[in-house]
Amino acid sequence: MKEIFAKFVSQKISKTRWRPVPSGSLQTAEIFATGSWDNEENYVSLWSIGEFGNVDSDEGFEGDHQLLCDFRHPGDVMDLQFLDQERIVAASSTGCVTIFLHHQNNQTLSLSHQWKTAHYHTGPSSASYSSAPCTGVVCNNPEIVTVGEDGRINLFRADHKEAVRTIDNADSSTLHAVTFLRTPEILTVNSIGQLKIWDFRQPGNEPSQILSLTGDRVPLHCVDRHPNQQHVVATGGQDGMLSIWDVRLGTMPVSLLKAHEAEMWEAHFHPSNPDHLFTCSEDGSLWHWDSSTDVPEKSSLFHQGGRNSTFLSHSINNQAAAQQPLLSSWLSTDPAKDRIEITSLLPNRTLSVNSLDVSGSCLVCGTDAEAIYVTRQLFS
Amino acid sequence: MEELDGEPTVTWIPGVNSKKKQMCFDWGPGEMLVCETSFNKKEKSEADPSCPFIYILRKDVDVYSQILRKLFNESHGIFVGLQRIEEELTSKSRKAQLVRVSKNYRSVIRACMEEMHQAAIAAKEPASGHQFSSQVSILSAMELIWNLCEILFIEVAPAGPLLLHLLDWVRLHVCEVDSLSADVLGSENPSKHKSFWNLVTILVLQGRLDEARQMLSKEADANPASAGMCRVLGDLMRTMPILSPGNTQTRTELELKWQHWHEECGRHLQEGTFASSPRLDTLCKILLGDEEVLLEQKELLSNWYHFLVTRLLYSHPTVKPTELHFYAQSSLDLFLGGESSPEPLDNILMAAFEFDIHQVIKECSIALSNWWFVAHLTDLLDHCQLLQSHSLYFGSNMREFLLLEYASGLFAHHSLWQLGVDYFDHCPELGRVSLELHIERIPLHTEQKALKVLRICEQRQMTEQVRGICKILAMKAVRNNRLGSALSWSIRAKDAAFATLVSDRFLMDYCERGCFSDLDLIDNLGPAMMLSDRLTFLGKYREFHRLYGEQRFVAGASLLLSLMTSQIAPRSFWMILLTDALPLLEQKQVIFSAEQTYALMRCLEDLTAGRPACGEPNGQEPQDDDIEATKVEMLRLALARNLARAIIKEGSLEGS
Repeated sequence: MKEIFAKFVSQKISKTRWRPVPSGSLQTAEIFATGSWDNEENYVSLWSIGEFGNVDSDEGFEGDHQLLCDFRHPGDVMDLQFLDQERIVAASSTGCVTIFLHHQNNQTLSLSHQWKTAHYHTGPSSASYSSAPCTGVVCNNPEIVTVGEDGRINLFRADHKEAVRTIDNADSSTLHAVTFLRTPEILTVNSIGQLKIWDFRQPGNEPSQILSLTGDRVPLHCVDRHPNQQHVVATGGQDGMLSIWDVRLGTMPVSLLKAHEAEMWEAHFHPSNPDHLFTCSEDGSLWHWDSSTDVPEKSSLFHQGGRNSTFLSHSINNQAAAQQPLLSSWLSTDPAKDRIEITSLLPNRTLSVNSLDVSGSCLVCGTDAEAIYVTRQLFS
Repeated sequence: MEELDGEPTVTWIPGVNSKKKQMCFDWGPGEMLVCETSFNKKEKSEADPSCPFIYILRKDVDVYSQILRKLFNESHGIFVGLQRIEEELTSKSRKAQLVRVSKNYRSVIRACMEEMHQAAIAAKEPASGHQFSSQVSILSAMELIWNLCEILFIEVAPAGPLLLHLLDWVRLHVCEVDSLSADVLGSENPSKHKSFWNLVTILVLQGRLDEARQMLSKEADANPASAGMCRVLGDLMRTMPILSPGNTQTRTELELKWQHWHEECGRHLQEGTFASSPRLDTLCKILLGDEEVLLEQKELLSNWYHFLVTRLLYSHPTVKPTELHFYAQSSLDLFLGGESSPEPLDNILMAAFEFDIHQVIKECSIALSNWWFVAHLTDLLDHCQLLQSHSLYFGSNMREFLLLEYASGLFAHHSLWQLGVDYFDHCPELGRVSLELHIERIPLHTEQKALKVLRICEQRQMTEQVRGICKILAMKAVRNNRLGSALSWSIRAKDAAFATLVSDRFLMDYCERGCFSDLDLIDNLGPAMMLSDRLTFLGKYREFHRLYGEQRFVAGASLLLSLMTSQIAPRSFWMILLTDALPLLEQKQVIFSAEQTYALMRCLEDLTAGRPACGEPNGQEPQDDDIEATKVEMLRLALARNLARAIIKEGSLEGS
């Protein structure tokens, strides 16, 4: 990786997300959203890295990302997800969940819908309500799932005023993050080191499966699912450990990898190149994990085929062709750990790196040092 | 008490007439609360205060500027990097590194200045535009002072190179000439431009002789009559001996050559080479360092330090650092000419030329509205080992004092507090206690923020604060009826007393509802169960329920008994435990052995023996007593029957 651009933005960044690229298009990511936290006034902002055009390496100025628009957000932005090309869902520390609409013709943001009390504490008496921070949100248009410190899981639909499904007391501790496993199943991680799988088809407030780290109950802060293999899941914990799970097998992680020195706030598989994984942490580091096999040409060829060719080979030769190379490096239990190559992406350590996102060859991350870092050449 | 260095500034509280009304105040860490009061007033008639507000006074307003926030954040990174520079580096590479750090700081100031300038232009209201412009001039002054300190204290340039650095310094800060030059050269006929001669003069004053010569050649082209004179003057400019960085000649050689060149300039002037052109004549006099002619250029020089450097360039090019203050003082006096008195900036620069670092820092502290500048500059100079001997009569040394002030200002800010932590870390004497006091006062709205604060405390082994924060969170969770969360927090804080309290709440809930909540946590307590007896009991009691549910009666029974005999179970809970034993006693097969049954009986008798003494004063209702009595009777019966069965079974087993 050659160039990484930093921009100080006068607000601590809690979340950064690329706007999804329309499927099937050859475009690269150009616009990303950020959310701020711990300010008196917090904002959801949209930034553009477009107009690179000429490569003038002498001056870093061309690489700067420019603010397109922003909108006041109630409370800290705890999580941020794009619902589609123009709608962004934000989770707030005040327990409300908001959908913002991006008008691309005049570059403005507006409030499209808001669930004000999505998360709340009931308190000792039934009369005392107080808001509870919403800690995580995941979208699969039109479905939106949110989790919070109140241990509640909400299922919303973008076009419904009320929650479609609410699981009260889903967790006795704080839920930190949520992701879709296979629709309609979701996976949550909590502050006592457990992964829980929930099936919305089942009534009641019991998870369909609980997986947990042994003994120490180290809180888990983030979770991401392998984009192609829905049973492979990565989580990051308070001790900075990266755990890889196969949710089909047992209740223990397949591998535990020593990583950061403090809380791992986010872990993301590369969406189209899932042998690569990215993690960031409270200790101010941002890491790139490369588990692709020793022959780089081979794997990159395979990936250049894209989704279509995988799909084809899958239908022709179900087992051998498609599954073999995909039986990903993340699950092999032999001393494969040496094969994972780790690179640190930030030049010098700063305050906490709270969030990151990858799309194609672009990566964006935001820090408590009020800087947003962007690179467009992840694999060069 | 030392003498005051200046009059303290007065802040007026809007709406309060301080002549008629009283004010009261209270200190906060970085702020002050002020309001009107009628304390101790004789006449109570005018009860209604004229100002119903409580004001928050902030002393460090610059912290709240959006643009300066970038300065604080970016310089934080540089500061942390500077603290990591190891002592073991050789002095030479160490110096190079310190100069680089200093330049980094300056480039951050410049970037900030640039942005502030843009903001001033873009500002819609004149008031905010004015505010931005005044910030620009403050930043520009900061950079000017920093740059001079860098040359004099960090670079420590010897005679010769010193002047080159000073020239760069002046060129960097008197930069209107570049836009003027572009303007003139862009015009159709440069030599006829109204500012043409001003430009040439400024170029000469700044020692940019190559550019000045190019300008002269334009004049020569346009005006053949003066071409000869221009050529001669151009030659003089070309041949002026200067020290270039790669040059190996000694200072004496240079001085000799320079003397020779100086005499030649003088000869041309005496011979009247430029007599027909007053402008060229003036330029030649400038080259000779004629003070009167230089002073005539006041407008173009714009300030005394420019005058100083030009004067040195053309009369004392190999000035020694120790001689600087003498020339500086006389330049200031000459330039101001008794018409005006020096301003704070002049005093600061003068103190720097006198190599009086402490005076520089003191004057800056008084003149500037924030601690950022003095804190970072002092820290950098301290790393150059320039401030060892100076300790204050309060607190610690000056570096630490200023860093503490700055960091406290950051902590008063709702968002910048995270930066303050690293500054406290590098204050060896009072940093830690300051951090301890500040960190406890961070408001915690979300667990995520609490985790960040906890991480800061845990990394520094601040156990007291960790306990405090966890307790706050546990308390909050209890209030919100989130017992599982509360228990997790008290386990993290290793707070046995609170864990007991939460466990009691769980047991109470159990008694009310007959089932446990938050099983995902209680079933996975692991070794954390040992934190408090009550928590152990909670975990074990739940384990009994699980064993019972799994029909592992024998294991369950012995666990149940051990809970009582080992005194882990609170007395108040024994009746419930004994009642739990009832169905086990009634099972078809014998579960409690004879010995265990005796133990159970002992427990029951212990319990009932203690009862009447404490039962009556509580005024329990007779109904409850009846139920209790029946329960005891049933238990006694079941125990007796079980004992009988157990004795028979054990006897027959032994017999066979």
